[in-house]
Amino acid sequence: MHVHSEALIKELAFKAQECRMQVMQMVHAAQTGHIGGAFSVAEILTTLYFHHLRIDPKNPDWADRDRLLFSKGHACAMLYAVLANRGFFPVEELSTFRCLNSRLQGHPDRLKLPGIEISAGPLGHGVAIGAGMALALRMGGKPSSQSAPSSRASRARVYTVLGDGEINAGVIWEGALVASKYRLGNLTAILDYNGIQQTGATADVLSTEPIADKWESFGWHVQEIHGHNVREILEALDRADEVHARPSIIIARTTKGKGVSRFEYDHRWHGAPPDDTQFAEALDELKTGMAI
Amino acid sequence: MKKLGSMRLAYGQALVELGASNPDIVALSADVSNSDHSFMFEDAFPDRFFNVGIAEQALVDVAAGLAYAGKVPFANTFAFLFATRALEMVRTHLCYGRANVKLMAAYSGLSDSFDGPTHHSITDLAIMRSLPEMTVIVPSDPISLKALLVQAAALDGPVYFRLNRNEVPILFDDSYSPQIGKAETLRNGTDVSLIGTGIMVNRCLEAAEILASQNIDARVIEVHTLKPLDRECIALAAKETGAFVTAEEHSVIGGLGGAVAEVVAEVCPVPVMRVGISDQFTETGSYFQLLDKYGMAVENIVDAAKKAFSTKK
Repeated sequence: MHVHSEALIKELAFKAQECRMQVMQMVHAAQTGHIGGAFSVAEILTTLYFHHLRIDPKNPDWADRDRLLFSKGHACAMLYAVLANRGFFPVEELSTFRCLNSRLQGHPDRLKLPGIEISAGPLGHGVAIGAGMALALRMGGKPSSQSAPSSRASRARVYTVLGDGEINAGVIWEGALVASKYRLGNLTAILDYNGIQQTGATADVLSTEPIADKWESFGWHVQEIHGHNVREILEALDRADEVHARPSIIIARTTKGKGVSRFEYDHRWHGAPPDDTQFAEALDELKTGMAI
Repeated sequence: MKKLGSMRLAYGQALVELGASNPDIVALSADVSNSDHSFMFEDAFPDRFFNVGIAEQALVDVAAGLAYAGKVPFANTFAFLFATRALEMVRTHLCYGRANVKLMAAYSGLSDSFDGPTHHSITDLAIMRSLPEMTVIVPSDPISLKALLVQAAALDGPVYFRLNRNEVPILFDDSYSPQIGKAETLRNGTDVSLIGTGIMVNRCLEAAEILASQNIDARVIEVHTLKPLDRECIALAAKETGAFVTAEEHSVIGGLGGAVAEVVAEVCPVPVMRVGISDQFTETGSYFQLLDKYGMAVENIVDAAKKAFSTKK
């Protein structure tokens, strides 16, 4: 297990907060987009992209890269902010979010924007597609069918970020069984468990509890953490990498709309944009949060 | 009578040959490999075969993941399951996300005849044809299956490849060299064009013989690629023969008949009669009897041809 410095943890937490502010600006400017699920996944994405993933923003198609499949595609404003800050495309482009002619589509398009591994939006695909990628990489992955075959297994790992409402979908559980059958130790899911989906609490809409037991019974290695605690995210990712004979899931308990009290725990901010006053107040609160 | 050949056996053999020629080819099944004969690939390349269980949505998503990481997956299950149960996966990840996955659509049309209407696939061509980026192929005999499968494997992009469960008449020999996207004119004629796909190509040829005995000179065109459709061949036939019959083992809505009518309406309006299943579900029965009962008999083509011929200007 790596020892992670306080400086690293502070830096990643700061980046998450910075990205929240950018998302705020993107959604306010576009007057459309999903804030709640973007804010809950901020620390998870910054920790992955700014520290854990083996990626090269200058060479986004590098065959041996780790893959992150952002399955909860509606929260892509946060993914875009993180990718831009990580150098996959210019930060200035964030202002084109959800505009005509933009590469920053309403839901991610893998063919338009560098760093996007799957086109997502319709929910439920990350686990099964991730299983396919993990299988291919274990067999010996490579970038295209045109190049020479490779016989060695890639050391690349596959990560998929899921929403808790998303796992209502049946194909999530089909994919979970397949990943388990093929003992895909190179596949890790991170569940952004913010407890709220579009019309209410996940416990009321369609409960998936007992959540840890479910994944364990499907043959997965399960960890439960606080999803806004960067140290816990870092350590859980390290532990998941050490699991070799079965897939891993990190159940990250998070807060929908984290960082802005008006948005927190409120399903009405799943897909609603803020007005000018709400926007100004939210930015103030986020700035205050950064100073801490 | 033409000799019959097994489409399933031809498919299994062709898939094994492809597997031997390209180590990136992998095969997946939703637990029906002994039905569609993809078990032959499993026997030859057990490390490159994945049975995901009776989970067709995962079948397509897992195949997409394999493709995104550089493999050339051949996904196998029944045609109607790709076209209906797993359709969102096909649309979002194979077409919109452009995954190089080949959907091997077994038991298509009425060919799983005794399993009945739940297993018949009579709307798949309309559904698949409407998806951007998709290539849609329907071979008509074991020879064309093998030739087109090799090209489908080499094509970089999603392919929906219809497979027939049964023994079908052998139409071609080794001199036949179809090209994806090109229609084949199998018989020249000037009075009417009979445009067939799959098993109906043979019935079009038989209908043309009967029409010849009645002094109607029918052209016969095989459309093995419904998408992209060979617009030039269709337009030329419209100009030269002035009347069309389309024949398909599918609903008359949105399949070959729809595709041909769309082209003809734009480039050279001529009468188009559609032979296929009228807008209804089918029933259980033997294959050839079902084809006859549901409007796909040779006589149906002959009658439609006479009607089209008599209404042309």
